[in-house]
Formats: sequence, C-alpha cells, structure tokens
Amino acid sequence: MGVDIAIEGLTKSFGKQLIWGDVTLTIPAGEICVMLGPSGTGKSVLLKTLIGLIKPERGSVFIEGTDICNCSERELYEIRKLFGVLFQDGAMFGSMNLFDNVAFPLREHTKKSETEIRNIVMEKMDLVGLVGMETKLPGEISGGMRKRAGIARGLVLDPEIVLFDEPDSGLDPVRVAFLNQLIVDLNAQIDATFLIVTHDINSTRTVPDNIGLLYHKHLAMFGPREMLLSSEEPVVRQFLNAQRVGPIGMSEEKDADQLAAEKDMDLPPLPPIPLQLEPSNGIPRRSQRPPGEWCRENGVTPPPGSFQPDAVLAGGA
Amino acid sequence: MSSITSAKVLKPIGTAGSLFAFGLDVGRGLFRRPFQLREFIQQAWFIASVTIVPTALVAIPFGAVIALQVGGLIKQFGAQSFVGSASVLAVVREAGPIATALLVAGAGGSAIAADLGARKIREELDAMMVLGIDPIQRLVVPRVLAAMLVSVFLNGLVSVVGVAGGYVFNVILQHGTPGAYLASFTALAQMADVWQGLVKALIFGLIAAIVAAYKGMNAGGGPKGVGDAVNESVVITFLLLFIVNFVLTAIYFQLVPSKTG
Repeated sequence: MGVDIAIEGLTKSFGKQLIWGDVTLTIPAGEICVMLGPSGTGKSVLLKTLIGLIKPERGSVFIEGTDICNCSERELYEIRKLFGVLFQDGAMFGSMNLFDNVAFPLREHTKKSETEIRNIVMEKMDLVGLVGMETKLPGEISGGMRKRAGIARGLVLDPEIVLFDEPDSGLDPVRVAFLNQLIVDLNAQIDATFLIVTHDINSTRTVPDNIGLLYHKHLAMFGPREMLLSSEEPVVRQFLNAQRVGPIGMSEEKDADQLAAEKDMDLPPLPPIPLQLEPSNGIPRRSQRPPGEWCRENGVTPPPGSFQPDAVLAGGA
Repeated sequence: MSSITSAKVLKPIGTAGSLFAFGLDVGRGLFRRPFQLREFIQQAWFIASVTIVPTALVAIPFGAVIALQVGGLIKQFGAQSFVGSASVLAVVREAGPIATALLVAGAGGSAIAADLGARKIREELDAMMVLGIDPIQRLVVPRVLAAMLVSVFLNGLVSVVGVAGGYVFNVILQHGTPGAYLASFTALAQMADVWQGLVKALIFGLIAAIVAAYKGMNAGGGPKGVGDAVNESVVITFLLLFIVNFVLTAIYFQLVPSKTG
C-alpha cells in the first residue's frame, strides 16, 4: 500500500564539507516524488541516507515508526525488506546471469519453490521487457537493459517504497519516455511510494506528484508539482526551466557581479505546465490529482496554455 | 593547527581500530546461519587454483637453498649426519608457513581484494545490503574460511615439496648419503613443529583474508581505488604476517622446549 517517509532535520557532511543541512520533508505514502538538484548537491547521498547506507550527523528518517538513522543493524536489515532500490548502473551482481540476479532476493529471503520463483521472476522480467535475456550476464548487455534489470530485481519482493537513483541518466530519449511510462504504470499497479532522484527536467515536469529541489546545501522547496512548476522563486524557476539567468551559476552560486549584471534582464515567461503522464491503461492512479486542482485551491494562476493536451510535448522545450 | 597534526597522527590508529572491528564482525558472522557452503567451496577451489602451482614452484628452490646453506655450513662443523634434521627443521618450522603466507597474501588475498573492491565500486555491495543481506556474512566469511583451509593445505604442500627438494639437492649435488638425510629427520625436529606450522598457516590465512576483504570493501574512488586497495592489502598483509610470525615463533619456543640430540 506504500508507507510514508518522514525526514526530520537531516544533516550530513563529509569531513568539513557540508553536503546538506536541516532537510525536513515528508514523502507521502503511495505518491511519486522527484528530488531534483544541480550536479553534486548530494541527491544520491540523500537517497543512500534513506536506506541507512550512509549515517547522517543529525536528524532522523522515520519509516513505519523506526528511525533508520538510529536503529540497530538487525532492525535496519528488517526495514530494508520494504525497499526496492534501483542504483545508477543497476548494480547487478556481475557473477550471476539476469535470472539469478532477479531471483536473488527471493532465494535469500523467502522459502518459495523454484517454480514459484521462476513465475515471479518471469513476470517482473516481462514487466521491464527483458524476456529472453535471462541467461545473459550483466556485462553482456547495454546500460539501459542493466537499469531495467535493476528495476525488476528491486520489485520482486513487492516493496512498499521504491527508490530510483537517476533512472534516466545515460539513456536515449525514447528509452527515457518508456521508462517514465513504466514508472507511472508501476505506481498505478503496486501503489508503493516512489522517490526518483534525477536532473532530467522533462521527466520531472510530467511524471511526479511532488517535486523537491536541493540547492546550495539545503532543501529549497518541496511540494506538489503544480506548486513548483508555477513558482516564481528564482532558484526553482531557473532550474525547472533550465535557464542561465538566475542564482545558479556554473560553479554552484553566481557571484555578486554576475547577479548585478543580470538584474535588468527580463526573465523569460514561465512555460505552460504540461499534463501529468497517465498510466497506459487510462485508469488514474490513486494519488493522482486532477490537473489544475492545486492552482485553483491556492489561487495561483497557471502560466497560459497550461494543462492543454499538446502541452505535454511543448513542456520539455 | 595542532588539531590537524593530531588528526594525522591518530589516523593510523583509527584505521587499525576499524580493521580490528571488521575482524570482530567477521567473527560474529561466522556463527550466523545460513552458512554459505556453496560460496565457501567455490572460493576454496578458486584460491587453491591460483596458489597451488606458484607455491610448489616456490617451495622447491626454498628447500634447495636451505639444503645448500645448511649443507655447506654443517660440513665445516663435521656434522653431516644432521643435514636432514636441520633441513626439516627450517622448512617445517619457518619456510612452510612463510612461503604459504606470501602466496596466500600475494595470490589469494589480492584476488579477494580485487573482487570485493570491484563489487564495491559497482555498488553491488550496497545493493546487497539494501536487499537485506549482510555482505560480511554472505561474501567475507566464506572467503576467510576458504583462505584458512587452503593455507593449511598449502603449508603441507610446502613442507613436503621443500623437504623433498632439500633431499634431492643434498643427495645429488652435495653427495650426502640418503640414509643419513632420512635417518636424522627426527633427531632435532619433533611432531610439535608440524603442529605449530599448521597453526601458523591457519592464522596467516585468517589475517590475509581479513585484510584483503577489509581493504576491498573499503575501496573508493573508481577503478584506481580498487588498484590501490589491492596494493595496500598485499603490503599490509606482508607487514602483519612477518610481525605475527615473529611473535608466534617466540611464543612457541617458550611453550615447547627444543629437542636435544
């Protein structure tokens, strides 16, 4: 059914370098969230903190009443069974073929018979379109296939929370589109909580229910997609529309001179908010909200041309 | 400023501490079920396959050198009848465990460090932990046990090949008498020497595998990190093994009195 993740006052630094400080947000149960941020803002570190691979200096992450950051090793291994995680390169076990890779969690954690395992594995392989590749080793297939195999392995234990670490990096646009559709369909099917870490703007505009933006060592904003996509906040606006004008520079922050030079420049108008990607069977997801609802409730006028069917294509520009 | 210096000075102590903590984790993992029998057998076979031939090749000249050295020296004392005994003593007590240690660390340990290091940077170890499986119990424990088992067998191999090599050199090159070589075997050497050789090999295998696994699992920074981890693991293992060997030998001489005549 999906469970929520309550993050409170999370702070992490490596040595003297602060990665991010005082991050507080709640990732709602059953919804798709995207965590955005410029390169090197510790998005992957945040993801690894959520599964207890990295211990933060301060703060807590509550999942089903257990604090991931301050619990025993044993509890941690128990709570991790709720997770399915897709790592950047799939992180397939190099010594096993794809079938054994996907079957691995089942063989380790359940007492299912080989026939049952085979059925589950083949079902997940079918889901990610890898039927016929079971006997291949991870070294013999392309990066995109490894990613999809990683998704299949992450899903075999029917997770409550699915984390994606840059599912779209290094993939061509067509595969990214398929992958996004797959994510939406999966969410409709298993109702788990999804958290995607990415910096692909196109996916961010169309896939999630909520968007968060990590910038300059803190969480700049987190909220429903329409809130961020219609936001006039300079950082959010610059990042979500991939513009050069704004507070983000090539190296983290721009200096005062640059900002002063940009002061009189007109910001380009906000592009229209595209429609959210629907599950391919057309039945809306449980957590999906009608387009424009948030804007109406909060008295925000969406940019002209928003929520038009053809805006899906225009949105990525 | 002073804090930076103290941090630098204390760093090796911290590393030694975390290596020791890792060793304890492995010790705890030993008793956790299910035991990974398949992984253990695969690893034992793998380590044996990369070490057997080099070990045998090292053992022959090792035994021969000892035979040459001792043979020349002992002739000056006029005690040729003890050549066999001295050769056995040197090979079984010292050369066996040390040659084993070098090969287990150099061939077996480096393979373990490279394997685990590659898994670490490909995020396989993270993935395993996230799937709720402890890599120490799943991967490290079988490797440590396999390295210990193979060390013990290699020690036997070195002893046999070394003594045989010594025999060949003594009898053929130095014109010693075969009978004297064989008959003096038990003059100075005793059964306890064989046991201490085995115990040493067991401990060396343990240290080599734990250091290699620790370094591999803490590799970082891409492919170069793996190379560094392998390099460091071999160097650290060598250092540790020679120190531990000295300590064990000293203890052995305290516990077991030497045989006289």
